[in-house]
Amino acid sequence: MHEVNVDLLIVGAGPAGLAAAIAAAEAGAGEIVLVDRLAELGGILQQCIHNGFGLRFFKEELTGPEYAQRFMDKLADFPQIRIKAETMVIEIAPDQRVTRVTTVNARDGLVIYNAAAIILAMGCRERPRGAINTPGTRPAGIYTAGSAQRLMNVEGFLPGRRAVILGSGDIGLIMARRLTLEGIKVEAVVELMPYSSGLTRNIVQCLDDFGIPLYVGHTVTEIVGRDRVEGVVVAPVDSTRVPDQKRAFRIDCDTLVLSVGLIPENELSLQASVLLDQATGGPVVDSDYQTSVPGIFACGNVVHVHDLVDDVSEESIVAGRSAAAFVNSRRDERDLCDRRDRRDLCDRRDASSALSFSEHRPDAFIETKAGRNIRSIVPQKLRRDRPTVLYIRVANPEQDVVISAGGLRRKLRQVTPGETVRLTVAPEHCSEELQLTVTVEKSEA
Amino acid sequence: MAHKETDVLIIGGGVTGTALARELSRYEVSVMLMEKEVDLAFGTSKANSGIVHSGIHDRPGTLKARLCVEGNRMYPQMAQELDFLYQNNGAVVVARQEDEIPALKRLMEQGQQNGVTGVRLIGRGELLALEPHLAPDLAAALVMPSGGIVIPFDLVYALAENAAANGVEIVLGTQVTDIQEEDGAFTVQATHIAGRTPRAAQAAQTIQAAQTAQTTVLPVETVRARYIVNAAGLHAGTVASMIGDDSISIHPRKGEEYLLDRRLAGFVRHTVFPLPTPVSKGILIIPTVEGNIMLGPTACATDSFDDYGTTAVGWREVFDYVRQLAPELKASDLITAFAGLRAASNHEDFIIGPSAVSQRFIHAAGMESPGLTAAPAAARLVCEHLQEAGLDLKPKKVFDPIRRVIRIRDLSASEQAQLMQQDAAYSKIVCRCEYVSEGEIRDAIRRGATTLDGVKLRTRSGMGRCQGGFCTPKIIGILSRELGLPPEKITKRGPGSPLLAGRLR
Repeated sequence: MHEVNVDLLIVGAGPAGLAAAIAAAEAGAGEIVLVDRLAELGGILQQCIHNGFGLRFFKEELTGPEYAQRFMDKLADFPQIRIKAETMVIEIAPDQRVTRVTTVNARDGLVIYNAAAIILAMGCRERPRGAINTPGTRPAGIYTAGSAQRLMNVEGFLPGRRAVILGSGDIGLIMARRLTLEGIKVEAVVELMPYSSGLTRNIVQCLDDFGIPLYVGHTVTEIVGRDRVEGVVVAPVDSTRVPDQKRAFRIDCDTLVLSVGLIPENELSLQASVLLDQATGGPVVDSDYQTSVPGIFACGNVVHVHDLVDDVSEESIVAGRSAAAFVNSRRDERDLCDRRDRRDLCDRRDASSALSFSEHRPDAFIETKAGRNIRSIVPQKLRRDRPTVLYIRVANPEQDVVISAGGLRRKLRQVTPGETVRLTVAPEHCSEELQLTVTVEKSEA
Repeated sequence: MAHKETDVLIIGGGVTGTALARELSRYEVSVMLMEKEVDLAFGTSKANSGIVHSGIHDRPGTLKARLCVEGNRMYPQMAQELDFLYQNNGAVVVARQEDEIPALKRLMEQGQQNGVTGVRLIGRGELLALEPHLAPDLAAALVMPSGGIVIPFDLVYALAENAAANGVEIVLGTQVTDIQEEDGAFTVQATHIAGRTPRAAQAAQTIQAAQTAQTTVLPVETVRARYIVNAAGLHAGTVASMIGDDSISIHPRKGEEYLLDRRLAGFVRHTVFPLPTPVSKGILIIPTVEGNIMLGPTACATDSFDDYGTTAVGWREVFDYVRQLAPELKASDLITAFAGLRAASNHEDFIIGPSAVSQRFIHAAGMESPGLTAAPAAARLVCEHLQEAGLDLKPKKVFDPIRRVIRIRDLSASEQAQLMQQDAAYSKIVCRCEYVSEGEIRDAIRRGATTLDGVKLRTRSGMGRCQGGFCTPKIIGILSRELGLPPEKITKRGPGSPLLAGRLR
């Protein structure tokens, strides 16, 4: 087991990690290590072979692998980025001046990196059947949407012949089309909520175009089949989401695909004592995408689940640049410390770092606060000295509304939990002293 | 048509059968264990709560009481020898109201009669000091320091591997269909289950490439056995009836269990029991050896021998109940649920002893709770019955009681680093949630796993909070490579449970 000192370590080489690595390198972060548990970089994008990626970021429509390739090609320009593929991070421990990251892979065995800064870019995982506690048996043929997608698009296998999909978010919708195109009969898409949380374009292109029925306000109340799935029982739910068993019906199928939510993958963040936001399930971050632990940054789906990869890239660039600035400020400090006459500075840990929100400069940030019909806001803490892009998720669908963030107001025809609202707030919008409240109100007109 | 001979044939590869196989492997006798499922522990043992009971719950004078207390005392040494996970965490029985305290006292006296040592009655204050997350209004509790926990399938594989290493032949995927007794021996007909790939579990030290031939016909196996032990669990009645013994009928009683995230490790230290009901020990809060919290089981009679579904009613019963004992428990920590069938019988006690039809046919049946705790003691009792029936049990000159397994998560960082240097397969992490390496999965397959569930139960890969979302495709690949089968042939738990439907065009 050996130890290596690096400037920046990035956990995860999906869209967030890739964008952050490139941005950090461009900003002069020094020596960067990019770690991923898979052999191939690009994360989940590699199995998303449908198009629709990059419309905002690249102003053209790309597939997932194409979108990832754009970043992977650019990586080649930066020899200071060392890639550690098929490498698992098993522990993150903040130490005095560095963050200790323990990794393991088949080439190097266990290696500990002492990094001046790290970026958490682990993405998210899917909620499994157990988390929604669907009654019934435990046969083969129950897959999360991502697992089914990986089995098909990466491994080249059919997960089944006749499927029911539970969950009508974008992933569920895209899988309905993907399964259909490979000759699997999709009997139904079942959605617990009274509306689909997917993008409208996906409902049209993935369900309507193929005549796949969507049962909103329904859920799967039982899985049937001893060894392989033989069917599911579906029932309508009332306003409190309690199923009405009297109106239950059975759909025969051999596969149940679950698309019932994503959970930011924060086991490592918790190990590192990073503060999480209950609303997003991800770290609380500031405008620089720094977490509550100085020197630990986070971006992408580990922070909050995004609708569009374009937004992931955008915020990851901010995280990468900020991490580079942090590394450089630490380097400057270290250089100062090396000068005997300025040793006093070294005792004031973090004093010269303008970038840590936690203990040192609470007044440097404005807290965002969720008002009426707001589920979550990222970042949670805003810098006072420059504009910040807010990603806002509403709690319930609503028509003809005004969304306001402090002094900033925007009229919207509709908001739904499935589509993040993106607002750029500037310091002048903050009417309150230390807080910016975001609310959705019915439009007067 | 295969024809084999053995001194003792054990029918059933659950904890009862494998504990007996291991006990018999100490002696100079040939032993075969036959299991109808493609793997051991795939029946009742898989869904066992994993509690090593103290022995206070059972009526004095019963086999249950005697073998439970005896078995409990055997666990620490067994765990050391066989390297299965065991923790002597202790147990408490809680009284919710003052008027339940006399019942606690009666339970304590019963325990003392059964020879359970160290049991004591404690008040609310001491209980809360021991278990601060329990409800503050509980009245009192019994503490049973000898209570323990294991992982039931981990125990079964440990027993079986050690038995196999000491010469027991284990035949999987093979169902006994007929037994004839003649000339002081039994002729047993057994059928390989269609499409299954039966093969003996390989002992750790005789690792060899897995047999890959797919059976398409149904070969019938004939085994000549001098003695038979009926450890067939739910099917003990059926097996007994094959020799014309209709004294046993099994009435399955379903139990649902709910498993919570390992985030809650340490939430309770002791296994927490309520006061027992007439049919069961009640719904418990069970800390598992691996740090999860398990809630359950329910106890519900069923007519079906393969009713393994969990129910919304069962969940509500479990959760509403345990919340009264520990109000902080949250449904959002749930990661999975499962159900099992207890092999409850028409007898109140375990049925251990010779059949009325043949002295050389020994029952080890009706092994409902505390069957797992009692298993090693029951194995000794069965050996006594075999001796009485004329089997000569002469100790082997060489019996190796030790079995070892590699679990990288239990190693220190430097031990891991050393192991990874020797064999890079241990540095390829396949299951991130439970920290399981490709090396361990490969080992599990070489030790006998042929299915996804077989790998999961041996290694814990897929048992964590993501429930196999990340590792399932990888494990299918490793199984395919190690077994020499195409991925489409890999199953979850044997025939009828393929994981994939074919290849993309």
